[in-house]
Amino acid sequence: MMMDQMMSSLSPSFAPVWSLALSGGGGGGGEGGSALGVLASLKEVPLSAMVWLIPGLPLLGALLAGLCAVLKVRSKLPAWLMVLCLAGSFAVTFWMYQQVAATGGSTFAVVHLFDWINFNWAPGKAFVANFSLYVDPLTCLWMLFVTGLAACIALYASEYMSHDVGPGYCRFFFAFGLFVFSMACLVMGDNLLLLYLGWEGVGLCSYLLIGYFYQKPSAVAAAKKAFILNRIGDLGLALAIMLIFVKFGTIEYAKLWPMLTQYLQMAAAGQFDQIPTSVQLIAVLLTLAAFGKSAQLPLYVWLPDAMEGPTPVSALIHAATMVTAGVYLIARTLPLFQISVAPLAGLEGTWFGFVSQISALEIVAYGGGLTALLAATIGMAQFDIKRIMAYSTVSQLGFMFAGLGVLASYGAAFHVFTHAFFKATLFLACGAVMHGFAGQLDLRKLSGVMWMKGWLIVGLAMLVGCLNLAGVPFTAGYFSKDVILAEAFSVGHFRPLAWILLFTALLTAYYTFRVFFRVFVGPKHYEPGDELHAHDDHGHDHGHGDKHDHGHDAKGHDAKAHFHPHPPGWAINTVLALLAIASIAAAFAYPTYFVKGLVDTSTAQVAAGAAGHTHVGGATIFGYDPHKAMYYISGIVGAVGIITAFFLHYLGRRTAATSAADNLNLGALQRAAQNKWYVDEFYNFTIRLPLKVLSHIFHMLDKLVVDGLVNLAGLLPRAGGAGLRPSQSGVLHGYAVAMAAGIGVLGLVALLALR
Amino acid sequence: MDTTMTMSMLPTLVLAQGPVPELVPGITLFHYLAVSGIMFVLGLIGFLTRRNLIVMFLCTELMFQAAGIALIAFGRFHLNHTGEAFVIFVLTVAAAEAALALALVVLLFRRKETLDGSVWTSMKG
Repeated sequence: MMMDQMMSSLSPSFAPVWSLALSGGGGGGGEGGSALGVLASLKEVPLSAMVWLIPGLPLLGALLAGLCAVLKVRSKLPAWLMVLCLAGSFAVTFWMYQQVAATGGSTFAVVHLFDWINFNWAPGKAFVANFSLYVDPLTCLWMLFVTGLAACIALYASEYMSHDVGPGYCRFFFAFGLFVFSMACLVMGDNLLLLYLGWEGVGLCSYLLIGYFYQKPSAVAAAKKAFILNRIGDLGLALAIMLIFVKFGTIEYAKLWPMLTQYLQMAAAGQFDQIPTSVQLIAVLLTLAAFGKSAQLPLYVWLPDAMEGPTPVSALIHAATMVTAGVYLIARTLPLFQISVAPLAGLEGTWFGFVSQISALEIVAYGGGLTALLAATIGMAQFDIKRIMAYSTVSQLGFMFAGLGVLASYGAAFHVFTHAFFKATLFLACGAVMHGFAGQLDLRKLSGVMWMKGWLIVGLAMLVGCLNLAGVPFTAGYFSKDVILAEAFSVGHFRPLAWILLFTALLTAYYTFRVFFRVFVGPKHYEPGDELHAHDDHGHDHGHGDKHDHGHDAKGHDAKAHFHPHPPGWAINTVLALLAIASIAAAFAYPTYFVKGLVDTSTAQVAAGAAGHTHVGGATIFGYDPHKAMYYISGIVGAVGIITAFFLHYLGRRTAATSAADNLNLGALQRAAQNKWYVDEFYNFTIRLPLKVLSHIFHMLDKLVVDGLVNLAGLLPRAGGAGLRPSQSGVLHGYAVAMAAGIGVLGLVALLALR
Repeated sequence: MDTTMTMSMLPTLVLAQGPVPELVPGITLFHYLAVSGIMFVLGLIGFLTRRNLIVMFLCTELMFQAAGIALIAFGRFHLNHTGEAFVIFVLTVAAAEAALALALVVLLFRRKETLDGSVWTSMKG
């Protein structure tokens, strides 16, 4: 009843609902209006303006946390407020999803909140970016896991951050709420400028939270690294938005997609040469943006370092949500990618001629595939469990991009969805270990954690996460990875990529269970980390007195000797259990086509013949249909990885610190992987060092030339003055003689001149 | 001979003839200016060669009056009173200035017990 009133009263505030003209734009091969099917699917989505609560509640939570900081609240109040706000936001999102699902088709609604930017400089020429929310299935999918996970992780953080209760606690939850708000702007904005606002907002919050322990130099360096590397991608996004505006005159999705219809028809007909190069270039710029935010190959180095932040942040921002913003961006703007084949036209006939045939989608696919492989190989050789998880995130993001690149957009979105749950579970389980063992993250110094008293839930959650990540049959991760792999095999010219991804899946299973077998099972053994009860980073009393007796302020070496790990409390256990269940439940999204249904009715749907990707109809792998064959192949691959890890790291364990894997002498290869393939060093040498040298040169130039000129301008009058000073003798007669002589000279000159 | 030569050399310097009679016939502007110039040079030489502040001051007065003579002579030459009027003002100012300058000289004398101008070199650069 109330809802009806609300809807009726607010209905004028809705912008007219446009259907996605794309739905048939390419699908029908560009023939006739019936293929467009615009009018057929034109249904109005009845959405009240309650949708604004989705970004509104997290913002409210952030403001309340800020207020708590002002009022010097020294309790867990900000956490509870934040959990409430986020849970409310999730409830509204779920409601929104039901509204959208009820309409069941390719519809969307634009919920207008207020006018934000509206420049009108000539009739028909305006730059409009309203603060409006764009509600369509893709938005629903993303917001469901963003708000749901954010609520869970806020609850987890309420316990995890408890040693920081006070200003730090408020600061943490302020940035946390601001992050969810920004993410909501990014995902729900109805125009690219609002997306950009959210994009920068999540970047800012990421920076603030990585640098949460701001007295720790490594955390500050990591925060700066993340921010600066993201700037490179953000440049791409800014340029892409400008180019879109220049080319199409609007940045509002609802007006932009219909304009792409004719290009999609050209693409379907294979007439890529008729699409302007500058339009095709947009996709390349967007790729740069996505690769920056989602940590892909040239720009991935910031994500592993981002693990300096508190673990809930790593779980939410750097595993589940923010880093998938790049995937969202590409999924949202997929039509632009489907028309982009020759981003660098004009190179024909030169040595770089082959580049002109590469499509933006190929860059996305191979960028993702190579990142997946590279990150997996690094992850295999690391010892810090959180870092292994970070590299696995980079690797899995690579899978998602590969999925987008082969135009399996629903596979990519599905993998985002399942990955969000199981990776958050993995991170939070690692965080619980880190929390309980005083910051210990080295897998050589922890063993048998699952069998210790009070750690069973953590261990089981970790097991669920690992099974998903490794792609064990019938887990969510297995299904979502299979979709990407199978699609990669069925697009003819992506075979090499498909093999790379399959090999990466093997490595993934291995490194995932390497962590599990070494840390969570086996003989019980532990060495505490160095964050003993007095956290040296922020000096707060680390006491968890309410949970066990060992929270007293023992310090120094005594503390190490008397260290007892403290198992997680109810908040952490509840969240881990919840997320583990959610990770398992996410598997049901596959047979019910939950994600596929959502994606295929949004902008991320794939038009036929896009970017020259021909899905070979009868593509087979070993004579079978790829989708069916992949069930067995990837199941076997996952099993092989797990069994390898089992032999090397469980049966082969001699002590907690060593395993049979250490006997495998891989020499330089292992060392290189352990040192992250020296990529950081390579960047240092090729980019940072030249820049440093160049800046020193410029500094010297500035010092010598620019400063020199300025100083010279000051020096000349001084030197002149010093030269003339002796003439000022101070004797009256001297002046008089000079004056008389001067008059004499003047007279002489006058005489000579007048002659 | 000389005068005719001078007159022929300087025909325009003959004082104007008007309602004001020529006091001394044959005296031209040139003569006045010559007197003025001689006075000025005398004053200048005195100023440059003497050390006594009072004498130097007197020498400046001499130069001052030389300029005054020149002004009056020119005024007479052009048959207007601008020069004379100007000199009257100058004389007034000179009187005031003489009082001031002599007072300063007295003050300077009190400082160093001498009238020698060359002992004051505090403005040396």
